[in-house]
Amino acid sequence: MLAVQVARESQAVWALVRRNFHLIRRYLGWEVVFLFYNVVNTLTIGLIGLAMPAGTARNREVVYLAIGALLWNFLSILFQEVSNSVQWERWEGTIEYSFMAPIHRLTYLGGVCLWAVLYGLVRTVVVLLGVAFFFHISVGGADLVGAAMVLLASSVPFIGLGLMAAVLPLLSTERGAQATQVIQGVLLLISGVYYPVAVLPHWIGWASVLSPATYTLEYVRQAVLSGAGVVSLIPVSLGLLLSGVVLIPIGLIIFTVAERYAMHRGTLKRNG
Amino acid sequence: MGAMPAIPLDRVALEASGLKKSFREREAGERHWRQVDAVAGIDLVVPRREILGILGPNGSGKSTLIRMMATLLIPDAGYVRVFGLDATRDRMAVRRLINRVSVEASFFKKLTATENLAYATGLYGVSNRESQQEAARILERLGLPAQKLRVPLEQLSRGQQQKVAIARALLTSPNLMLLDEPTTGLDPKSRREVQEFILEVRATHDATIIISTHDMEEADRICDRVAIIDRGRFVALDTPKGLKSTYGQGGDSLEAVFFNLIGSTLEQDTIDA
Ligand SMILES: Nc1ncnc2c1ncn2[C@@H]1O[C@H](COP(=O)(O)OP(=O)(O)O)[C@@H](O)[C@H]1O
Ligand SMILES: [Mg+2]
Repeated sequence: MLAVQVARESQAVWALVRRNFHLIRRYLGWEVVFLFYNVVNTLTIGLIGLAMPAGTARNREVVYLAIGALLWNFLSILFQEVSNSVQWERWEGTIEYSFMAPIHRLTYLGGVCLWAVLYGLVRTVVVLLGVAFFFHISVGGADLVGAAMVLLASSVPFIGLGLMAAVLPLLSTERGAQATQVIQGVLLLISGVYYPVAVLPHWIGWASVLSPATYTLEYVRQAVLSGAGVVSLIPVSLGLLLSGVVLIPIGLIIFTVAERYAMHRGTLKRNG
Repeated sequence: MGAMPAIPLDRVALEASGLKKSFREREAGERHWRQVDAVAGIDLVVPRREILGILGPNGSGKSTLIRMMATLLIPDAGYVRVFGLDATRDRMAVRRLINRVSVEASFFKKLTATENLAYATGLYGVSNRESQQEAARILERLGLPAQKLRVPLEQLSRGQQQKVAIARALLTSPNLMLLDEPTTGLDPKSRREVQEFILEVRATHDATIIISTHDMEEADRICDRVAIIDRGRFVALDTPKGLKSTYGQGGDSLEAVFFNLIGSTLEQDTIDA
């Protein structure tokens, strides 16, 4: 019985990933355009570093900025894919069908998150290749394994944040999308994507400790720029994982409550 | 209101009691919310393998009633039980037994029928190969050419989309099918095909079917019993024949019954909607 249920739920996860893949194929033009923009955007940010006088400081600055651009790219894709998936289903009117399926909400959201991670990684790797090709900067002393470890660990809390953001379109189609943008903007500001958080004015700077991205950026930079080893990165990776272990259930609970509210108020339906 | 037949419990597909649902509504620029009683107290027992029609004007509460049966809306009062399971408390178990077709087809419009069906049935844990074969069979039966399965759904006519929607619901082998105006907006030929198919499904799938419509001829043709709904309440529930003899004033169409029971409110609501 349990085995049947598990098989069913994994089929559902797979169905979600496959659906998103089909959608991408159908909107391939947009995909190419976004990717192009991502690559160019990352390059231009790296070029800001090249404006400095030649030397190790310059290389360091370019890599510092490129890491910010790449990570922000990955994390914002993660965040956006999760919240967009609900948005999109509401828009097409399929949400009543998807939510009527006999699977746990965790399974549905798990499928959405799995897709977001896979898709975010692929897109980020493409941008990374573009950057590496353009700048020819060697990152010889970097500890890439450590950097990857921190990055993966930080996907977990970001999925939690994504789940919370996915609640918003559940409550209101348009307002939800607007709120998602605002949250993303705030994260961009406080996480030190292109500058150390120390330069932030005090009234907002304190908030940087709340964003998981702050830690991701700081420690990935330590790994790549200063070669901080895997062992020294274990505490922060565990911290990120732990924050995810807290954030994901909170996100899930909020989502479930919001869904119940929608089932009371009749806000799931689009029309008819 | 027609008397409720005494049905042994194991033969009951759906039971609703004291069902109510209101919404809050506010016009643009208006300050206060108004309460709309979409379903205002409905009791119903549907025996297994019945085709029950819900006939009513626009805005009479048909879709709201069906959404509560489909676990998509939580009733304000009363309950729905599907094969003895409570639609709110045992939501998951009920969901395994039902599926629904809504007025608007609701698909990912850029995806093909095949891709949409793969997604929908995948969520139910139906294997893709199995469902694709069955889908092809159902859609052929409904008169949808096979190559239409491979073009984006937005290129299909409304009738063709609705046929895909019916296939989507049927692919999960529901014991209770909830059809919310499945033939609205279809041309007469497609409407006929869908009606025939509904009859066939009941005959071959051991399915119970609840279908809302505002087409009286349709209700007369395919339904075992018809409930007439107006402003969230059933004003009559009987076999088409029974309705005609009680309210038809000697006429032989449900239309006379309908206008007798609902009268002028029909025209007004239809214009509003
Ligand atoms: N989700 C909702 N939010 C607000 N009002 C709703 C909602 N669903 C239905 N209504 C209102 O409830 C009444 C009944 O609607 P509905 O059940 O869709 O009728 P029908 O399907 O018979 O046309 C209408 O006045 C409609 O505007
Ligand atoms: Mg309706």
